[in-house]
Amino acid sequence: MSSYAQPHSRVSVLSTSSQSSVEHLSPAASSTRFSLPSIPTTPQPKPAGVRPNIYDRNLNKTRITEVSAAAFTFLFSETVQYTQKRVSGINDLERRLNTLGYRIGTRVLELMVWRAEGQSKAPKREIRLLPALMSIHTQVWRAVFGKPADAIEKSVDNADEYMIVDNDPLIERYISVPRDMSQLSCSSFTAGIVEAVLDGLGFPARVTAHSTPKAQYPSCTTILIKLEKSVLEREEVLK
Amino acid sequence: MAIYGLWVINKAGGLVYQRNFADGLAQLTSNEYLVLAGTLHGIHAITSRLSPMGSSSGAQVIEGESFKMTILLTASGTKFVVLTSLAEASPDALLQKVYEIYSDAVMKNPFHTPEMPIRSEGFDTRITALIGSG
Repeated sequence: MSSYAQPHSRVSVLSTSSQSSVEHLSPAASSTRFSLPSIPTTPQPKPAGVRPNIYDRNLNKTRITEVSAAAFTFLFSETVQYTQKRVSGINDLERRLNTLGYRIGTRVLELMVWRAEGQSKAPKREIRLLPALMSIHTQVWRAVFGKPADAIEKSVDNADEYMIVDNDPLIERYISVPRDMSQLSCSSFTAGIVEAVLDGLGFPARVTAHSTPKAQYPSCTTILIKLEKSVLEREEVLK
Repeated sequence: MAIYGLWVINKAGGLVYQRNFADGLAQLTSNEYLVLAGTLHGIHAITSRLSPMGSSSGAQVIEGESFKMTILLTASGTKFVVLTSLAEASPDALLQKVYEIYSDAVMKNPFHTPEMPIRSEGFDTRITALIGSG
């Protein structure tokens, strides 16, 4: 009995597997697999109030795409804690936060260029330093933090240094840096974003963050931009 | 009408924050505060089991002759305790505000270790703005 049943079952296994492989190769099957228009024809009932998937949203509509500030601060807090466990000192921590911000900044610049293309009739790329800094101060800040920064300053002593001042940076609103790490500024993350945007626009610079508390703004932060020499030389030529 | 002091007790019964705002109660050493907080933690655990109607939030107000103690137990097990005069109108609303400040200035601060004493400058300044320096 068993010697009879074994070959029979084997044959049946072979036959089903060969059948399925034929199905995979048949053009009819592959067309149903890859045809995109067939997907929307099966509408799925969506519960009311559910927003579309983030990949399906329009990149140019900014009003409805705000995220929760509380969720962001928790995420950023975890980011700082995670990073802090893996570094050897404050400089290292700031450098890593800067790198994380840099990765965001490249995307921010790309997104802003895309939005400018879609919205304005004459989209342009900033090629002069001061308009570029102004657009970082206003547009980048508004896109990332929802409000423009508070000031742009030019260093009196060094011609290659510019500063962007934020009186109440969103990412530091709930952060109290302990005294033994007093020179740490978590806005290095923001500095990374600025550095990436400047790099992307063709103004290579070294950007750092420094907390400069004032009486009425205890968490006031200065983003210091130290431009590369080539940028200043080009500005001279363009004058 | 006076707010004497504020305690924050972690879920294990340890005192993680203690601050006095007004004179009127006996001054204690920090060790005595730790013992009192641990005792309150135990009493609170007992009171939460005394209810004949199933689960209970435990003691909410403990009144003495010269002061009362209002306790807020949060979902995470952290307790906020405020010591006030008997006439203090709404210690519950005050505790809710303290809870809000705690969630903002302590839990969102990457340099705070959960269940450890609160050494967050932002928490101190916000509590001062809410209650006064004392």
